[in-house]
Amino acid sequence: MYPSRFRYEAPRSLGEAISLLRENGDEAKVLAGGQSLVPLMKLRFASPELIVDINNVGGLDYHSAETDGTLRIGALCRHADLERSDLLKSTQPTMAAAAPLIADPLVRNRGTLVGSLCHADPQGDWASVVTALGGSVIAQGPNGRRTIAMADFVTGPFENTLEPDEIAVAAVIPAAQGTRAGGYLKLERRVGDFATVGVAVAIETSGATVTRAGIALTGVGGSTIAAIAAADALTGQPLTPETIEQAAERAAQAANPRTDHRGSAEYKRHMVRTFVVRLLSRDGDSAERAA
Amino acid sequence: MTAVDEIKIGGLGASRKRVEDQRFIRGKGNYTDDIVLPGMLHMEILRSPLAHARIVSIDTSRAWQIPGVHLVLTGEMMATRNLAWMPTLSYDTQAVLATDKVRFQGQEVACVIADDPYIAKDACEAIDVEYEPLPPIVNPEQALADGAPVIRDDKEGQDSNVIYNWEVGDAAGTERAFAEADTISRLRLHYPRSHPSPIECCGSIADFNRATSKLTVYMTTQAPHIIRAAVALVAELPEHMIRIISPDIGGGFGNKVPVYPGYVCSILASILLERPVKWIEDKTGNLISTGFARDIYLDGELALRNDGKILGVRMHVDSDHGAFFSDAQPSKFKIGLLHSAFACYNIPAGRITARGTYTNKAPGGVAYRCSFRVTEAMFFQERMIQAAAQDLGMDQAAFRRINLVSDDQFPFRTPFGFLTDSGQYGKCLDVGLRAVGYEDFRKQQAEAKARGRLLGLGISTMTEPLGAGNSREYDILGIKMFDSADLKVHMTGKAILRTGAKTQGQGHETTWAQIVAHELGIPAEDVVVEEGDTDTAPFGMGTYASRSTPVAGAAVAMVSRKIRAKARKLAAHLLEVSEEDVEWELGRFYVRSAPDRGVTIQECAMAAYSNMPDGMEPGLENTAYYDPPNLTWPFAVYIVTVEVDPETGVWDVLNMVAVDDCGVRINPMIVEGQIMGGLTEAYAMANMQFITFDAEGNCVGSNYMDYLLPTAWETPGYELHSEVVTPSPHHPIGAKGIGECAAVGGPAAFVNAVMDAIADTGVRNIDMPLLPDRVWEAITKRHDVSGAPPVRSDD
Amino acid sequence: MTTVYDDLGDQDTGEVPVRRIKFTINGVRKAAEVEPRLLLAHLIRQGLGLTGTHMGCDTTNCGACTVLVDGRAIKSCTMLAVQADGHEITTVEGLATASELHPLQEGFREEHGLQCGFCTPGMMLAAKALLAANPDPTEEDVRWALSGNLCRCTGYQNIVKSVLWAAAKLRSEPAGDAESGPAGDPAQEA
Repeated sequence: MYPSRFRYEAPRSLGEAISLLRENGDEAKVLAGGQSLVPLMKLRFASPELIVDINNVGGLDYHSAETDGTLRIGALCRHADLERSDLLKSTQPTMAAAAPLIADPLVRNRGTLVGSLCHADPQGDWASVVTALGGSVIAQGPNGRRTIAMADFVTGPFENTLEPDEIAVAAVIPAAQGTRAGGYLKLERRVGDFATVGVAVAIETSGATVTRAGIALTGVGGSTIAAIAAADALTGQPLTPETIEQAAERAAQAANPRTDHRGSAEYKRHMVRTFVVRLLSRDGDSAERAA
Repeated sequence: MTAVDEIKIGGLGASRKRVEDQRFIRGKGNYTDDIVLPGMLHMEILRSPLAHARIVSIDTSRAWQIPGVHLVLTGEMMATRNLAWMPTLSYDTQAVLATDKVRFQGQEVACVIADDPYIAKDACEAIDVEYEPLPPIVNPEQALADGAPVIRDDKEGQDSNVIYNWEVGDAAGTERAFAEADTISRLRLHYPRSHPSPIECCGSIADFNRATSKLTVYMTTQAPHIIRAAVALVAELPEHMIRIISPDIGGGFGNKVPVYPGYVCSILASILLERPVKWIEDKTGNLISTGFARDIYLDGELALRNDGKILGVRMHVDSDHGAFFSDAQPSKFKIGLLHSAFACYNIPAGRITARGTYTNKAPGGVAYRCSFRVTEAMFFQERMIQAAAQDLGMDQAAFRRINLVSDDQFPFRTPFGFLTDSGQYGKCLDVGLRAVGYEDFRKQQAEAKARGRLLGLGISTMTEPLGAGNSREYDILGIKMFDSADLKVHMTGKAILRTGAKTQGQGHETTWAQIVAHELGIPAEDVVVEEGDTDTAPFGMGTYASRSTPVAGAAVAMVSRKIRAKARKLAAHLLEVSEEDVEWELGRFYVRSAPDRGVTIQECAMAAYSNMPDGMEPGLENTAYYDPPNLTWPFAVYIVTVEVDPETGVWDVLNMVAVDDCGVRINPMIVEGQIMGGLTEAYAMANMQFITFDAEGNCVGSNYMDYLLPTAWETPGYELHSEVVTPSPHHPIGAKGIGECAAVGGPAAFVNAVMDAIADTGVRNIDMPLLPDRVWEAITKRHDVSGAPPVRSDD
Repeated sequence: MTTVYDDLGDQDTGEVPVRRIKFTINGVRKAAEVEPRLLLAHLIRQGLGLTGTHMGCDTTNCGACTVLVDGRAIKSCTMLAVQADGHEITTVEGLATASELHPLQEGFREEHGLQCGFCTPGMMLAAKALLAANPDPTEEDVRWALSGNLCRCTGYQNIVKSVLWAAAKLRSEPAGDAESGPAGDPAQEA
């Protein structure tokens, strides 16, 4: 539990941080909350040459909505800020459901949503939420900013599409056209456990019709799974037991779980189906933790 | 003048606030890792990544190059000093550092001593080991299969993976009982490998002083005197020049009894370097290599008459000991006190056969609040009782009542030779059933079932053998299992008490003083209690198996009585009467014919130094060694109600009632704390906590991401009952001990509750932990679910 | 940490880069020179000799190392010492004043909220952060707030009672004490 040696810089501006990344390329890692990176370094699964600590860069610890409802979450916005957020509780049901389920309260005081997306752990909860909401990551590099859709952001387990000299500075959740509904259910054996199965559902309705749907799955594949066909079963339809059942079935098929000490593949698929049904039917509490 | 008020002075039955707390709440505890000695170096261990492999070569040259590295030890170097192997507490041998082979993932292969642990870790990473993998064995079935590789090929004459075969009971009588039975109820299950996992890991600071030739070792040990003897044996140092100091311990639960390779390496390193060497393991090292618990398979049968009477019991157990047989347990019994199973039931005949095997896993088996395998015994017992009641179609409580030993049957000889001496089993069951609202619950259960909801209730009743044990039958490595107390009363009536026990959170500094207060009337706050330093503490066998109150606590009472006997003589002298005319009440002696004429115990103490009768040796101090005449037998009833979600397999505890009859309670507050801690461990084992292995011998559960302890969020609340008190007839203060009861009896209550909820499926067993996927599989597929290794996978 | 090395021959000693940091701990201003890889928990335990903060695991799970940084409860084993530069740290040693125990310390003793004591400092600090944000928590609030701190001895029931005892005592104390304040962001409490 002792990291190997590394150099350390704590820049005070994004420009400085990006220069450092530019100079050191693959050998540098960005440190924000550190609740994923530092544990890896302590186990020596990660041994970067240089740590670029961005905690002293101003203007990144915010989350706020623009007038049209677009939600921006800065790179230093902590999970705990999101857990306590009245804004999320009143406007973002899927996010509000997930925030309390990230790790444990102490880790939530340091860890960041943007950092979690960048870490790209297949068992990461936020990635499913942002995927289901059709969100994106804003990356800043020496040549300016670019927006990367969440669907394109993760390229494999623990791999993202950022260039070595880019920093993710924010996540963006697009404004809703209709009325938001949804939630996140996570099968964990206790607080702080990784998801055996996690399901994020984010829908928008106009009247009785679903105008937009997003369903994403945690822990049942090599990466976060965007259950697109499952979402398609809902779009343009009312929410009925039949459409819900079809979405659930398609989501289960989209899952690609492994049989391991957390359960059989069959069980995990079944839980995907069960969670989708519970999230879309109003009889379950969409913020409940399932274990 | 009158007697002092026992509760006011913190005697028996007082829920005295704890002495220990004063330093712990200030962060001023003195745990092993808190200790810093001048010139101290730090040690880290390199562990094997493979479960079974020949060591082809070890190259430490790069490690030696790292600045700050003082010493790199390998098995080869240890072997030149005859220290590569050491004897275990079970008459086997264990590798200190691997030489020929590694035999479990995580086994110690080399160690580095450096200026700080960061550098030591860097150097460990620079050691190059070449392995030649061998087929790994992860369960007894594989170990016993034809053609299985012999794991202990280091042992001459060992041509299989069998460690022992053992049996107890009456084979012929049991055969007859089964022949007469109307029904035979059979149950097979695996009690999974678990680990005590106190939050504080193991560690030692070895300090060899060349100038004085004395070796001092600060270490996390529950049994400092056993360690002193072991170190004398292993390191061939004279016993009087070894001092073991066990400071504050952050939880033991049996994890801190065995002698671990890390201790031995730190001692050798200190001798070679002539500097203090600190070794503190990390949690992965602790979980992957130190004394695990359980991992034992049951094939059990009950012979039943249709009216519910149990005629006989037959059990075969296969115990997976890992790569070395290193259990700390009474040497006469290969599987500890597992044959105390069914002691609370009136069963005429029984037979247990047991087999132990080696596997490629960490060594151990006896640990984790187990009272020497009694956790296994009582889990098997209550799971078999549950299955039998179901097989007969009888109510769980009624079936137990028919078979429980009744009050007038004591002393009662169990079919396996134990003598239980006291209890009010029926009354405890009454209290528990009333508290949980048994009749109402069964009604609710039926109504809920009609609406598709699964409620369940589980009962677990047991008496267990604590306070091992009498010298005729019990010893560890030949050393008898008595314990001791040394009491010195100063001239102002204050006192210092030392015992051979070693507290790890049980509150001895608080409770032993209460016994002295009870016996002598000296206020508990006037008695300071020390444990753990072999230079000052009287010889004892340490604290585990809930033996401290029964044995060391008894010694405290006996030494207090020795003090009181001398004080009586002093009182007679002060009162100028003969001893026969002197009476005692709490805190004072008085003249029988003139009760107002008396002297306090404090006045007697002063007299012992300033006004002795002619011919009396001055001073007021004594030592008592206590050889317990019998084990003590607390009784418990644990009842759990649950709701199971059939769609997800997730289950929630609705209610948990515990009725504990542990005889006289020294400090009710502390007793309740012990029960709640044990119930939480029971819940953990039933719900989420286990260590397993995949087909390659990789350990799953070697860190806290996979080895799950429940948090405050999951852990249920408990309703504790203390109405029934049956004092031990032989213990000096009638106490029976409590530390492990809830961990022993608790798990079956949780499992039985879930099994009760899904009774309609016909499923007989789901192995612990009852994870959601296992419960779901049982409900959906209607078959038993095993959790035995290797872990299922897609491959 | 500055370390003196034995000169053990012709090893490549090289330069071990250290960084100078300044921080406040339990109200006292300190400076230190640390290797970047030094964990905050080790700075506290070995560098400052404050051993009340304990190390219990190696995967950021157990919470025995919990301290407050700018009033927020965090796991000091998962923060680098260099990251404490410019910040305020509170450890268990900073709970009591010279003359008085903190109500949390009293509560843990009153309600038998500790047995071996190893998890206790972390529990009390996590509870302190909770009570600063929520002076009147329910049992559920307490269990939730402490769900990042593992205990093996007590079964948590008495820990919850200890925190509620402390909360009641703090609420009954005259206003102006450091604990009472607007519910909300505990980071506003130093």
